[in-house]
Order: sequence, then structure tokens, then C-alpha cells
Amino acid sequence: MPQIDPDAIRQGDRLNLSRALTAVENGTPEGQKLESALFPYSGHAHLIGMTGAPGTGKSTLVNQLVKLLRQTNDENPAPKIAIIAVDPTSPFTGGALLGDRIRMQALAGDKGVFIRSMASRGTLGGIAQNTAAFATILDSAGFDIILVETIGAGQAEVEISRLAHTVVVVDAPGLGDGIQAIKAGILEIADILVVNKADRPGADNTANTLQAMLEMGQNSQGKLFTLGKHLRDDLPGEAFYVPIEQPGWKTPILKTIASEGKGVEGLINAIQCHRSFLVTSCLWEQKETQRLRYALEALIKDKLVHRWQQNLDEDKFESVIADLIQRKISPIDAASELM
Amino acid sequence: MTQRKVRVLIAKPGLDGHDRGAKVIARALRDAGMEVIYTGLRQTPEMIAEAALQENVDVLGLSILSGAHNALVPAVMEKLLEYGLDDVRVFVGGIIPQKDIPRLLDKGVSAVYGPGTNTQIVVADIKDSLHPQSN
Repeated sequence: MPQIDPDAIRQGDRLNLSRALTAVENGTPEGQKLESALFPYSGHAHLIGMTGAPGTGKSTLVNQLVKLLRQTNDENPAPKIAIIAVDPTSPFTGGALLGDRIRMQALAGDKGVFIRSMASRGTLGGIAQNTAAFATILDSAGFDIILVETIGAGQAEVEISRLAHTVVVVDAPGLGDGIQAIKAGILEIADILVVNKADRPGADNTANTLQAMLEMGQNSQGKLFTLGKHLRDDLPGEAFYVPIEQPGWKTPILKTIASEGKGVEGLINAIQCHRSFLVTSCLWEQKETQRLRYALEALIKDKLVHRWQQNLDEDKFESVIADLIQRKISPIDAASELM
Repeated sequence: MTQRKVRVLIAKPGLDGHDRGAKVIARALRDAGMEVIYTGLRQTPEMIAEAALQENVDVLGLSILSGAHNALVPAVMEKLLEYGLDDVRVFVGGIIPQKDIPRLLDKGVSAVYGPGTNTQIVVADIKDSLHPQSN
């Protein structure tokens, strides 16, 4: 296998890009080197997350969304778009069936679109361990928009909110009652809510329930207190951030019929509005900071565990396990014993 | 964490609409621990090569029941070459008359599987071809 050339990736060579993604996905030394080499050139793309329960129409909506985004007029060149479609890995065999491309056939043949399927490989949270690294590589390859479609997510698959600038949560009629809507979790991370399959009975009901859910949270959502960039006047020079009141983002609820392409224009408008909001309110930078901090912490945790494993005294480990099984020692004390 | 997974693209070129075989083989390869990308029906050779490129697959399985394999398979092989994907292992499944098999193998196809093939044979062939030293 020839070496992968990071410069070729930046110049848009798709074979090098595709091979780099595999190296990164497999966590090979070459993949890590490529990520380090390309990281300085990332940080430009708009990362959009598409999440929601299985069968709500995420892939079909992504297909329509990208098709329309690629049809921009002569004044604005169409953005280059990458799609990362994550599907689950079988917990039993380690295999995966990645079927999101089936719904994205309308995008085939468009060289400005790059679709990559990704198996979750045992990572919980709706995306894979290396999805963020994929985004970095695609970003450095010059894609303006990176759409991440999560696995069909239930209630707690909220990792996408740490990665994406804009999170679109796709719902469909008939998936649950009003109590589902006020539970914590996935609906909380939505920057934009979509009721897809809006031609089905109950669509208005679903939209109304979501609306009621948002209004209940109005006190915290309508006025957003956030860490701004305003230094306190009385403490010159000190990096002390104070919460400043800003007009907050009001999560819109949109109805779409993805299979017919209806309502997709509205979704594009909402996504572009959200991007402008993030930039003008400085939340864009804040999200980037949070994301990188989180990624760094995760990597440090990995490395610490790895180092601990390397220095582990196997015999001691076995004897502590034996004590644990006989309930001579508690799990917490056992962990302290082994650290 | 290093983990290498075999990636397979299962594609249906041409116009026949019967994808039961493609789905059965996709499922069997999945159960053998591979990552299987299925593209759906009615793919052109260009679409298939494009998907193989973007997904960086090790193996490409073509399911053809239309009888057009003598036209479709060489067209796919040509596109793969054009895209620099000459290292992708290609197998063909479907209704392929015995007399046509040598010609397909000659075009660079590594195996042709007819109706009734045990899926485990396909699994074993793929594993053997990618890791010749093991098992």
C-alpha cells in the first residue's frame, strides 16, 4: 500500500483522503501522523449533526438537504459537502451493515460530495470514537460543510452535541406521547427540530407537543445566559468571564416531507440562521473550545488507562479480583489498591 | 485502539430489481464480522467505483441477475482501474452461465458464485484472500 500523502488530501485527492480515513478509523500510527499533520488546516467547516430515532428519515433528509445545498446560484459557488453516516456495529459479531448510502443515490456522480459510512465499533453515544477525527481530516481537505448522521438514536445518544456546531433532531409522527417529549436527553440538544413525514396523520400533534416542550423551558431558553468575551471592567487584565445576557437561540420546529423534498428549503434557512447566530454571539468559538477540551480529556483518559495497563502487576490484579469476588474488599477500595 | 475491519461493498449494477441475493450475502458477511456497505439497486459502473473509492473497501461484491454481466463487469473493472482501485478484490454472484465465467475471471474478477453457493464459502474465500498466511 503506497504511503498516504497529506498534501494530496489538502489538494482534494479523494483516493488519498479515503485511505487516510481508514488509517484514522483503525487508529494506526500512520493515521495518527496524518491527523497531526492535517489538524492545523482544519477548523473551517460547519459541522452539522443529524440525529433522531431509527426510521425517522434522517438519511432521506440528508440526501435532499445536500442535493439542494449543491444547487446554489452562479454568484455563490456551491459548498463542498462531506457526509459521515454512522451505523451500529453488531455487539455479537463485530460486523456492521452500513445502509445509509441507499437513500443518498441522488448524490452519486457529484464530485463535490463525499459520502463515507462509518460503523460505531462499540462506541456508545450515537457516533464512533473516531468520528471527530474524520471531521478533522475532511475539514482539512476543504469541505465547507460536514454532515454527521448519527446512528438511529434513542434518548441518550447526545455525543453529537459535543461535536457539531448545529444539531438537527429529526422526529416523526407516532413515536411517543407528550411525556417522551419532556424527558431529558436528545430533544434538549436540538438547535433545530424537524418533524419529518409531515404528511402522515398526527404530524401536527407531534409538532404541537414539541412546541409545548420548548415553551415549558422558555425561561432558560428564551434568554440565554452565556459566557461572553466581556472582561470585567473592575479587574483589568484578569481573564475572568462574566455571564452576559444575550438574545438566545429559539429552537425552530420545522415540518418536512423528505421523500418529496418538501420543507427542505426551510431547513436550510434555519441551519444558515443558526450558523450566523453562533458566529455573531461568539458561541462558535466557545463550542470549538469545548469540543477540543473534551477531545483532549478523552485522549488523556485513553492514554492514562493504556499506561496503567502496561505497568499492571498481573498477579496482584488477580489477587485483588479474588478478594473482590469473596467480598473481602469493595470495588472502590480494589480500584485504589490497583492504582 | 487499533482494530482492522474488512470493508466490503455489495453493489447491484444494471437494471434488475432482485436484491434478495445481495441482501443475503451482505447479512452473511456482516455476521462474519465484516463492515458491509450496501448501495441499493440500479447502480452504474461509475456509481459503484465512486462508492468503492469513498468507502475505501477491500472487497467489492457485484450481484447480477439480469444477464448483462458480460457488459457490466468489464465496465466496473475499467472504472475501478481508472479510479486507482486496482487493489480491490472483486467477486460476482448471480445467474452467470458456466461458459461466461472464464471471461470474467480473465477481466480480473477473483471468484464467481452461482445460486445455492454456501455463504460460508464466500466468507472463507474473502478471509483467505486478505490474510493468506492465517488459517
